[in-house]
Amino acid sequence: MEFATVLSLLDATIRLSTPLLLACLAGLYSERSGVFDIGLEGKMLMAAFAAGAVAAVTGSAWAGLLAALIVSIMTASLQGAAAISLKGNQLIAGVAINMLAAGLTTFLGQQWFRQGGRTPQLSADGRFGTVELPFAPQIGQIPVVGPIYQELISGHYILVYVAFLAVPITAYVLYRTRFGLRLRAVGENPKAVDTAGISVNRLRYQAVLITGLLCGFAGAYFSIAQGSGFGNNMTAGKGFIALAALIFAKWKPVPAMFTCLLFGFLDALQIRLQGAELGGIEIPVQAIQALPYVLTVVLLAGFIGKAVGPKAGGVPYTKER
Amino acid sequence: MAAASAPADSWAIELEKINKRFGAVHANKDIDLKVRRGTIHGIVGENGAGKSTLMSILYGFYTADSGTIRVNGEVAHITDSRHALALGIGMVHQHFMLVDNFSVLENVVLGAEDSGFIKPSLDRARRELDQLEREYELEVDPDAIIEDISVGQQQRVEILKALYRGAETLILDEPTGVLTPKEADDLFRVLETLRAQGKTVILITHKLREIMAITDYVSVMRQGEMVDTLKTSETNPEQLAELMVGRRVLLRVEKGPANPGKTLLEVQNLTVADDMGVVRVKDVSFSVRAGEIVGIAGVSGNGQSELLEAITGMRDQKSGKVLLNGNEMHLRGDDGAARARAGGLAHVPEDRQRMGLVTQFAEWENSILGYHNSPEYGGALLDIAAVKKQAAERIATFDVRPANINLKSSLFSGGNQQKIVLAREMERNPDVLVVGQPTRGVDIGAIEFIHNQIIKMRDAGKAILLVSVELDEIRSLADRILVMFDGTIVGEADPATATEGELGLMMAGIANKEAAE
Repeated sequence: MEFATVLSLLDATIRLSTPLLLACLAGLYSERSGVFDIGLEGKMLMAAFAAGAVAAVTGSAWAGLLAALIVSIMTASLQGAAAISLKGNQLIAGVAINMLAAGLTTFLGQQWFRQGGRTPQLSADGRFGTVELPFAPQIGQIPVVGPIYQELISGHYILVYVAFLAVPITAYVLYRTRFGLRLRAVGENPKAVDTAGISVNRLRYQAVLITGLLCGFAGAYFSIAQGSGFGNNMTAGKGFIALAALIFAKWKPVPAMFTCLLFGFLDALQIRLQGAELGGIEIPVQAIQALPYVLTVVLLAGFIGKAVGPKAGGVPYTKER
Repeated sequence: MAAASAPADSWAIELEKINKRFGAVHANKDIDLKVRRGTIHGIVGENGAGKSTLMSILYGFYTADSGTIRVNGEVAHITDSRHALALGIGMVHQHFMLVDNFSVLENVVLGAEDSGFIKPSLDRARRELDQLEREYELEVDPDAIIEDISVGQQQRVEILKALYRGAETLILDEPTGVLTPKEADDLFRVLETLRAQGKTVILITHKLREIMAITDYVSVMRQGEMVDTLKTSETNPEQLAELMVGRRVLLRVEKGPANPGKTLLEVQNLTVADDMGVVRVKDVSFSVRAGEIVGIAGVSGNGQSELLEAITGMRDQKSGKVLLNGNEMHLRGDDGAARARAGGLAHVPEDRQRMGLVTQFAEWENSILGYHNSPEYGGALLDIAAVKKQAAERIATFDVRPANINLKSSLFSGGNQQKIVLAREMERNPDVLVVGQPTRGVDIGAIEFIHNQIIKMRDAGKAILLVSVELDEIRSLADRILVMFDGTIVGEADPATATEGELGLMMAGIANKEAAE
């Protein structure tokens, strides 16, 4: 394969893994605190819709992003209230959020814009442009290293940089701060946290709100960065793949990044391979499209070993008498 | 109470007229308690007497409905555990409050961090821990992960946690329940050091031997009330037991001589591996005859659990034979336990909540578990009326309280849960009864009853194999003692003549080594 082809494949990998990574880190906060979150998908969808709708009306990508963050955090609060305060079943709370998001976004989209649930096509100002890193054209002249900088590292949407910066920040928060210590503890043994005089529920709410924030970024990426406008169910199960990545990464931030890059790479490869021939016969598109999912299953089933999640995950905390 | 005349400033803790209700249950009734600074103060009582509730109030886990708490003479309104810690009250819970995948250091720091970033706190904790460890001889590796260290060491971490937070008064809730005898001795040494350094220790336990061995004062609780506070040197176990139960209790088991008949249970060259594939029982042979109780003594974790599980068909043996009444039993496979029961071998497992009962089931449902296929229960369609009738009869015979067959099993106390299991296994009239830890976590009144039931079975000509980590229990019940160490039976002793010291040496594997040399 040519250098340029490899470069563009890796470039696509970064673009495709960004929403996965944001969602995966989002899930990490919630699940580390002991709240299982299968509602990542729903929160992203709500955020994507909010971003698309507001950006279409205001013509500003930043206003769209702000709307995405607010809506996603509000959705997360709703899910948190059900799963933490009301001690509901966390899986069902997540499923409910997903169903609510799928229905509500299409319904409101149709009511407001009358385009079959879609939001209007965005103008250039309505979406995020790509960011040129300093000296990209100049450094680009240097052989090998230059194109890597210019093509691969520079020239992405700002949310891509947000996602990859969130990895070291999450690792630092998790392992070096008081909040991180307590977060890891509350997902393992909430009673130990309670007896140490720390509020279990407050910690869990904090975690769930961070989850909402990151899902907001992920959702906005779909509709106002990668795409130009919201389309029905445009997150297409990425929230669940992010969840699989989180398990594969054993709930750790840096492995989460590599796992998301791997899944992103498989997706990019799938796109590149469409129309490829094997022994003179064209491989059916469907078979190639299924490749990332098949590999996901193989990876999860075959290589993960025993995935032990946060021990107290899935159980609402009740002070027993 | 003679101690009441002491100057007021020598009391670390004073509780006055403490009341606490949980719904209809009056868990603490007008409790008065004074704890003198620099002493070890024991609190005894049966399960459900209100000891833990009282201590949880002191530690701020619950708030009292009424009453006054004074700490060092000052009235304190303790609202949460953080407040209690600030007043110098630390607690070591019965179930440790540790995060299993954290290091010792992280556990100590959790909730007592100095700032938003944990590095400075961890460094300070490392220095202070080092000093505390030297001061109180509480050695633990600060970087060890909790799940990798022994239960005894985990308990030290709990104590260190409290001391790190500046605890002057330390409450320990049933601290020896999970410890081996050696670890318990170590703990007592630590408590004595704490006392010598001027700390106050409140020890909650139901083991009278521990009270006698280590405390200065002892308070007795019964059914939510404080019955009495005594100077330990002026009382004795019999008196304490009577105060606890409210009637005279025989601490010594009364039994006549054994009349051993023919061999009912025979184990030949049994070898068993654990879940990790490590061989835990090595070529063990012994037999139990009709009308005798054979006790297996040993420090927990020397293969007793695996031996029990193999004999009762819960765990596949690697090699060897188990003969019941002279016939070899085929115990391998998933239905091994069912075949053992069908063959006349009943089993009271070591861990009643995990293996003996489905705690979410009602009592009557648990009363037939393992025998639920018997024709008298109706086969595939259960004859529920018959099952319930039988359950009600058994609950009466075994004096299970409350006598309600429809109550969820988790709502019975430990002693009553054990009686439910015993009733199920004994009333089938099996030839052989295998019992593991019959009185673990069981209160005194129930212990007496359970011991008497076991002896009654022996006198009815049954063979009984008893495994217990309580040496006293083995010594008082068994007719022959086998000592297990590192997967082998290292010796046999006659309970009438063997001393505790001799048995202790065998349990530590020392007698065996000398014999080999």
